[in-house]
Amino acid sequence: MNMQLASQVNSLLAALILLTAFGLVVQRRMNALLHLFAWQGFFLAVSTAIVGYVGGVRDLYISSVLTLSMKVILLPYILHKLIVKLRIHKEVETVVNIPTTMLMGIVLVIFSYHLTAPIRELSTLVTRSTLAVALATVMLGFLMMITRKHAVTQIIGFLAMENGLLFAATSATYGMPLVVELGVALDLLIAAFIFGMFFFHISTTFDSLDVDQMARLKEED
Amino acid sequence: MIIHPLFIEIAQVGILLFVAPAFAGWVKMVKCWFQGRTAPSLFQPYRDIRKLFAKDVTLAENASWIFRFTPYLVFGVSVMAGGIIPILSTDLPLSATADVIALVALFAIARFFTALAGMDIGTAFGGMGSSREMTIASLAEPAMLMAVFAVSLVSKSTSLSQMAFVISQGHSMLRPSLVFALIAFILIALAETGRVPVDNPATHLELTMIHEAMILEYSGRHLALIEWASMMKLFLFTVLGIASFFPWGIAQSDDLLSVFLSFPVLLFKLGIVGLGLVLIETGLAKMRIFRITEFLGSAFLFATLGMLSYFMLE
Repeated sequence: MNMQLASQVNSLLAALILLTAFGLVVQRRMNALLHLFAWQGFFLAVSTAIVGYVGGVRDLYISSVLTLSMKVILLPYILHKLIVKLRIHKEVETVVNIPTTMLMGIVLVIFSYHLTAPIRELSTLVTRSTLAVALATVMLGFLMMITRKHAVTQIIGFLAMENGLLFAATSATYGMPLVVELGVALDLLIAAFIFGMFFFHISTTFDSLDVDQMARLKEED
Repeated sequence: MIIHPLFIEIAQVGILLFVAPAFAGWVKMVKCWFQGRTAPSLFQPYRDIRKLFAKDVTLAENASWIFRFTPYLVFGVSVMAGGIIPILSTDLPLSATADVIALVALFAIARFFTALAGMDIGTAFGGMGSSREMTIASLAEPAMLMAVFAVSLVSKSTSLSQMAFVISQGHSMLRPSLVFALIAFILIALAETGRVPVDNPATHLELTMIHEAMILEYSGRHLALIEWASMMKLFLFTVLGIASFFPWGIAQSDDLLSVFLSFPVLLFKLGIVGLGLVLIETGLAKMRIFRITEFLGSAFLFATLGMLSYFMLE
């Protein structure tokens, strides 16, 4: 595979990651959200493997396999179980309506493009152009956490943000040290378990996973 | 053998006029197959048009010149658009006079007059249809322009001939901007031609119809012209999509043989597009009218992402 083609495929994957990030922001249904999240993880894993091949960085293969097993299979599976068990499949409430959220997302993409433009000029890596997309994915994850009221969707937003960070690391410096990535993966796994437990507690206490209900945690006076 | 570009132009308009009803018939036919019904003949739209031309025109008493003038204008605009879009060859005299922005404006003129004609008689349905049509148009047109700009960024020109030429020469297939623009274009084309997720072309169901509501008062040759024009509009959007995203096979010279050969290629592509359209139409349910903002909002999103990814990734 030559450099030109690899960089083109990588750009296309970056575009797909951005697309799934937008999909996550605007999608209403829970199951579709999980599918989109799994796809995003898959594109990320493929992109990481390609960058590892082009840059000759072996560690990235391990990182790619980690992404594939964690973000494509394990986490969506855990979240899916959770959704089935808690019987959440109805449409998700949003704070801001969907078209407005889309426009905000576009603004965020332009902002991150502007922010990464100087780095792009300095960098010599094949992946330098995808840095803007990576930052935009992080921002969109943020946006998702802000605009959604539901606890599970906020977690998916958080995980999407983590995808973006991983993508940023690969595109800016050919990946983080392997130890760090292993640590992050482990943290995510444990986080997923803790989230699961919290969801159970929240839903048994409030009969809902709407985070607005948390206001009721205040003491009565 | 070299033929004069003017003849190509005439051939294009001829194809537009006489293949468009067959294309509409083909879409209807495939749709019937998919739904397990007996399909009408491929030539049924021609018979419908002929029948309508033979009938008398019934005009409302208070119909003004706008109402009578609109069918001719809509028809004329469609024919004119057929001269701009490279259907057979990119070497078109008219293509130099009008670029893709002018093309969008042409469609806008037709829509403006149809909406006026819908309100002209003063029936409730006409007004409702016009109001809905303009709502959709106000969302679809910016998205359409954005999608077109994404393609013209790649080809560095807004002339359709130039765009088709550059894209067919382009060596890289994997351009994210073009992929995004294509998705946006498909969504917009579905909205603009009144296909299923936005409008249902097959029924006259009062509460959901959009385009049909505006032309409800037309009859006879006026209705024939409008129906013919709406078939041409479907055809035009298809060939516009082909010219901007899949221009392989469109002749790039005045050579008689290559122009001649581009015709079967065109028919093949039309067949594929018809199949794809039917797959979309049978796979999706018609949307609630208030969801259309989201539908066209996502078209705008895709188009903008296309433009942005040109700067970011290419």
